[in-house]
Amino acid sequence: MTAISPTEQAAARATSIVVAEAQARARLRKRHTLVIGLRLAILVALLGLWELGADYNIIDPFFFASPSGIWEQIWSWVTEGTSQGPLWLQIYVTLEETFLGFVIGALGGIAAGIVLGRNKLLADVFSIYIKIANSVPRVVLGSVFIIALGLGMASKVALAVVMVFFVVFANAFQGVREADRAMIANAQILGASPFQITTSVIIPSAMSWILASLHVSFGFALVGAVVGEFLGAKQGMGLLISTAQGAFNANGVFAAMIILAVMALVVEFLITRFENYVVKWRPAPFNEQGA
Amino acid sequence: MQLQTMAAEKLSHAAPPADAAIAIDDVTLRFVTPDGHMMTAIRDFTMTVARGEFACVVGPTGCGKSTTLNLVTGLLRPTTGNVRVMGNPVTDISRDIGFVFQADALFPWRSVIDNVAAGPLFRGTPKAQAYDKARDWIARVGLARFEKHYPHQLSGGMRKRVALAQTFINQPKILLMDEPFSALDMQTRTAMQDELLGLWSDQKASVVFVTHDLEEAVALADKVYVLTAGPGTVKSVYRIDLPRPRVMADIRYDPKFIEIAKVIWNDLREEVQLGQSQGLQASH
Ligand SMILES: Nc1ncnc2c1ncn2[C@@H]1O[C@H](COP(=O)(O)OP(=O)(O)OP(=O)(O)O)[C@@H](O)[C@H]1O
Ligand SMILES: [Mg+2]
Repeated sequence: MTAISPTEQAAARATSIVVAEAQARARLRKRHTLVIGLRLAILVALLGLWELGADYNIIDPFFFASPSGIWEQIWSWVTEGTSQGPLWLQIYVTLEETFLGFVIGALGGIAAGIVLGRNKLLADVFSIYIKIANSVPRVVLGSVFIIALGLGMASKVALAVVMVFFVVFANAFQGVREADRAMIANAQILGASPFQITTSVIIPSAMSWILASLHVSFGFALVGAVVGEFLGAKQGMGLLISTAQGAFNANGVFAAMIILAVMALVVEFLITRFENYVVKWRPAPFNEQGA
Repeated sequence: MQLQTMAAEKLSHAAPPADAAIAIDDVTLRFVTPDGHMMTAIRDFTMTVARGEFACVVGPTGCGKSTTLNLVTGLLRPTTGNVRVMGNPVTDISRDIGFVFQADALFPWRSVIDNVAAGPLFRGTPKAQAYDKARDWIARVGLARFEKHYPHQLSGGMRKRVALAQTFINQPKILLMDEPFSALDMQTRTAMQDELLGLWSDQKASVVFVTHDLEEAVALADKVYVLTAGPGTVKSVYRIDLPRPRVMADIRYDPKFIEIAKVIWNDLREEVQLGQSQGLQASH
């Protein structure tokens, strides 16, 4: 009988683990490339079909635009500017309105959600008014704001604020209500004051709810700003769309839409980064663990 | 004989001594249920824990054990009767009290060290000092390598140890524990019980330890309270005269231990059966 020494065995095991790991990594890389490749292929196919359809007049480019037309439109906006001034200015104006509305609406929603969530009486009294206010179609308020606040930035910011406020409020309120009672009792007994309980138990535990609402509500803020501009403005992406629409310029409408989508995606990416930074204590879902 | 049985009636009418760590005197507590009815959780409840004493409370599920602990913290107020802690009526949440909860109550967004330092920080200890103390306590519960971990990265037994450190760091004179080890496996539980007895004898705290495990109660306690099925009241009190220091892994084979456990079990069994039939009736 030949004995295998434990060190030999251990070394063999270690090398086999290294090999298996390398293989697993290679498999992951290959899969990643495949996914990206397929995504690109689908994009190219769709755009190609659209372009061909437009060339052969199966899809009427007058109504439905064409990829090359949209690209030319964006290019001319970038190089020559739009009818209402340089493109970057339009983007800047819309982003500024969106951000202001988003920040004010989100902070207001979080504050109101925490105050009402912590105070049963206030919640019972105000819940009816919040329900009523929430049932008013928001876009109609846009007209009210334009009459009251004029064609400038204020009316767009106001519309973005109301778009954001209710979503964030509802989530913050729910998050505060769901805060674990045992955890609150624990903090109380450890010596936390009511204010400390709010800052170190209530707000952190409502954080995942609040962050979830921030994702959706940035989109809402953008909608608020663009609709506001649509209804009446001197600058901005919404006005660009409405001008293009007035001129039956389908390429212009699509081009503005794509620019807005890119803006939304960039900000969404930033919010996700922020979220990962804030809630790094959260367990990773099981399928991502160890990856 | 090692075992003295005191009749619960005799105790419930003698007013508790003024210097007791915890004195619950003839307390009844009723909850208002959501449909507006009154529901009695505990009735005519009298219990005394002397300073430095380790008291265990056993009873069928739903008989009011957690409610009793909450009366001592001040999170719940008695409907009639009064509760005194260290000789003073309970008005606010006392700084002398530590509470290890039945459910996991660590803050999941705080790392181990931040969890343990929470108590001193809430109470206004300077940051550096609070963290020094926290590091010390984490080492004492054997988690020095896990300071930076978050609760979800720890095992159930490790989380319980963090909870113990979090409570002990405040050096409570009164320690309330609500089935703290019921979710743990046998080996971990035995180790934690030893740890608890060690910490207790260092700190000279008065302990009320709720459990549904009679053997755990007998192994740990100076005094075991047996409660009746809900609405709970004290059925009997047993003094446990097993010598200390006790070693949890061995004590369960001690013939004296087995004898005591048997006697108390005979007493508790009726209530558990009663509690179960009540539960069945309630669900019909
Ligand atoms: N907040 C509350 N409102 C209404 N009833 C309650 C409330 N808390 C507890 N009760 C009731 O009081 C009784 C005692 O509850 P308690 O939690 O003290 O039981 P327990 O002895 O700790 O049970 P277990 O061993 O299962 O933990 C139960 O019947 C329960 O339904
Ligand atoms: Mg309980």
